[in-house]
Amino acid sequence: MTESNDHRGNGAMRYPVGAALAGGALLCIFIMARTADPVMIVHGFLFLAFCAGGIYFLVRRTHALAPEGAADATYNDAVTRTGVIISMFWGIAGFLAGLAIALQLSFPALNFDLPWTNFGRLRPLHTSAVIFAFGGNVLITTSFHVVQRTCRTRLAGVIAPWFVLWGYNLFIVVAASGYLLGVTQSKEYAEPEWYADLWLTLVWVTYLLVFLATVWRRREPHIYVANWFYLAFIVTVAMLHIVNNLAVPVSWTETKSYSLFAGVQDALTQWWYGHNAVGFFLTAGFLGIMYYFVPKQAQRPVYSYRLSIIHFWSLIFLYIWAGPHHLHYTALPQWSQTLGMTFSIMLWMPSWGGMINGLMTLSGAWDKLRTDPVLRMLVASVAFYGMSTFEGPVMAIRAVNSLSHYTDWTIGHVHSGALGWVAFVSFGALYALTPILWKRQRLYSLHLVSVHFWIASIGIVLYITAMWVSGILQGLMWRAYDSMGFLEYSFVETVAAMHPFYVIRAGGGALFVVGALIMAYNLWRTVRGDLRNEALPTVRPNPAMAPAE
Amino acid sequence: MASGKEVDQTSGTETTGHEWDGIKELDTPLPRWWLWTFYACVIWAVGYWVLMPAWPLIDSYTKGLLGHSQRASVAESLAQARLAQSGFVRRIQASSLDEIEGDPALLEFALAGGRSAFAVNCSQCHGLGAAGAPGYPNLNDDDWLWGGSLDDIHQTIHFGIRSDHDDTRVGDMPAFLRDEILERTQVEDVAAYVLSLSKDVEDAAAVARGADIFAEECVACHQEGGAGSRELGAPRLADGIWLYGSTNATLIQTIANGRASVMPAWADRLDAATIKQLAIYVHTLGGGE
Repeated sequence: MTESNDHRGNGAMRYPVGAALAGGALLCIFIMARTADPVMIVHGFLFLAFCAGGIYFLVRRTHALAPEGAADATYNDAVTRTGVIISMFWGIAGFLAGLAIALQLSFPALNFDLPWTNFGRLRPLHTSAVIFAFGGNVLITTSFHVVQRTCRTRLAGVIAPWFVLWGYNLFIVVAASGYLLGVTQSKEYAEPEWYADLWLTLVWVTYLLVFLATVWRRREPHIYVANWFYLAFIVTVAMLHIVNNLAVPVSWTETKSYSLFAGVQDALTQWWYGHNAVGFFLTAGFLGIMYYFVPKQAQRPVYSYRLSIIHFWSLIFLYIWAGPHHLHYTALPQWSQTLGMTFSIMLWMPSWGGMINGLMTLSGAWDKLRTDPVLRMLVASVAFYGMSTFEGPVMAIRAVNSLSHYTDWTIGHVHSGALGWVAFVSFGALYALTPILWKRQRLYSLHLVSVHFWIASIGIVLYITAMWVSGILQGLMWRAYDSMGFLEYSFVETVAAMHPFYVIRAGGGALFVVGALIMAYNLWRTVRGDLRNEALPTVRPNPAMAPAE
Repeated sequence: MASGKEVDQTSGTETTGHEWDGIKELDTPLPRWWLWTFYACVIWAVGYWVLMPAWPLIDSYTKGLLGHSQRASVAESLAQARLAQSGFVRRIQASSLDEIEGDPALLEFALAGGRSAFAVNCSQCHGLGAAGAPGYPNLNDDDWLWGGSLDDIHQTIHFGIRSDHDDTRVGDMPAFLRDEILERTQVEDVAAYVLSLSKDVEDAAAVARGADIFAEECVACHQEGGAGSRELGAPRLADGIWLYGSTNATLIQTIANGRASVMPAWADRLDAATIKQLAIYVHTLGGGE
């Protein structure tokens, strides 16, 4: 144990961190005094509040920074407990934003003719809230938990993990409020402006250092596979974020900036970023979650160590090339499209390696799916992962893409990955973590987990089937010609044809939101220490094994 | 802690001997089907690289054995589409509007092309069924602002209305109140008179006052009794068909602030044959003269 280091770290780091926060506060005041940009003033207040809160934390709550009591001395669970609560909050916020924009697409009057509530501003709010706020907090929280447990050492740093968690959430709030106030650099999944990007860079590098330092002082001879995936996620996202957001601000006191890239180079950089955000944020990171929580929950060894090595390195090597498949049949040179497409095809098996390792870990424990709804959620997530990582390479084929591109099929594909894989594996991890972190005997109710599972699953199925039908219909209508060679449909006819599917999709989304609310209630009761009086599912004896009568 | 390798009871496979937080790993070999499918994908990719444009070079790229180019293939399919229609298109270019309407084969083609061009270019304002919307005329009825003959319709589409084309159709409805030509009460009186042309209005005194003002200010364009003038694009006011709405308030708004809605000159955007097809399509909708 390294408690003495922690004490030293605490004592040594409080003053420079405090000074940096004070300096940051002064910088905020300076910028707010000089700017003519009202959004900059709002964001100045947010950063100022963060600095003030940080200083208060350092001065008044030193006990929170000291290593915990003897029983807790090994692991830093306080930061992960906070992370679980934040993740659940952002999950519901992000799902609700998604439901709102799904309803807007079905019933445009719900835009309310207000700038702050129109689809154009709420859509990035939704995507950022679910990917970065919900997904990102789940990744930070679970990675902090997993790296401590699998390295058998306390999380490195005393202030640093808290800085990572709260600093990341400051980024989320700055980004989200910026969208609503109309500030965006118009790059999909990279909408926040330059100052938010700089802040995230600072936070992310600290995250990398905390993670690396924890791995460095591990008390296990080997680094567990989940940590490879987490590390690949952290390192690659840092690289993607920095390169894609290279920009020149109009002024140091204005929100607006201009990208360093232009034209097709800008597009390619953006989709190199965008696709690898899928690859390294939503795939590698969440595979880290899968590699810890699936074997843990199933209480079975990981299926194949060799497969984990091979599919890790092939995934890492191949994913980074696949971005150009987002730009088929555009100004992007065809050779570049070819590489994007062929690397996407080669990526199929490396992606499935994770699915095989996840599912086959269950061998010998499949009966637990009947009795453990948390495991059922985790396993369903792996199945959705397999489905969407097959669909992805198919859609990357140019001929398929000529039909699917720009249609709702893409939206359906994204959501089979986002709802089925990312959200379900996150739900499973949060359900598994909560009793451990709050030292409860079990979850408040396994029955409610099961209800959540079925409601959310039906929601996902409604969502993705509606988008498949809608997307393919849309693609076929766009390319339909009559016998004399004239376009069959006007654009507005294709929009009208989408309406019923948009309503079904919103219904699926509503079910997903309801499921998440049930989950939040369940976790809240678990944290309170309540146990629902319910018959816990038990393993039925195998009929073949029953004695004959 | 690693306690050495052991054999997992369920699978009969040896573990790697590592353990983290209770998690062990089996030393299962790579599934054969997985490995061979992976190899097959790689081989397919390499084959695709050989056949198609793939890898960048210093100042060029590998062209591929098939010599495929997406630009050339788009150009080719566009040329094919153009070729397939060229017979009809040439005949439409060479024929007058009346000749096209008189030739069943040509008419069928023109109607198909007109319908498609209308859906893509015109439906945004006039609606898919050309039923119009407030401010955008219904093209199915007999009420024409600028004339419903083939040539009139063609001219309207070609040059537009209040467009930026030099030969555009122009008609000005002045803003009688905003430009202080009339008083507020006078505007109300004119509105009462205009309404009275197509329905009963209670305030006979206002109608009478309005009639006098109408005779002075409006009759030059809208003619005696509100019969309208197609030369000036001045609507008929006596037929109960309204472009902006039939309420008193809408009428007062029209007279007070004038109207100047715009239709683009499609000559700047569409080719001559398409405009002809559009004119014929609109002419056949129901109100053609």
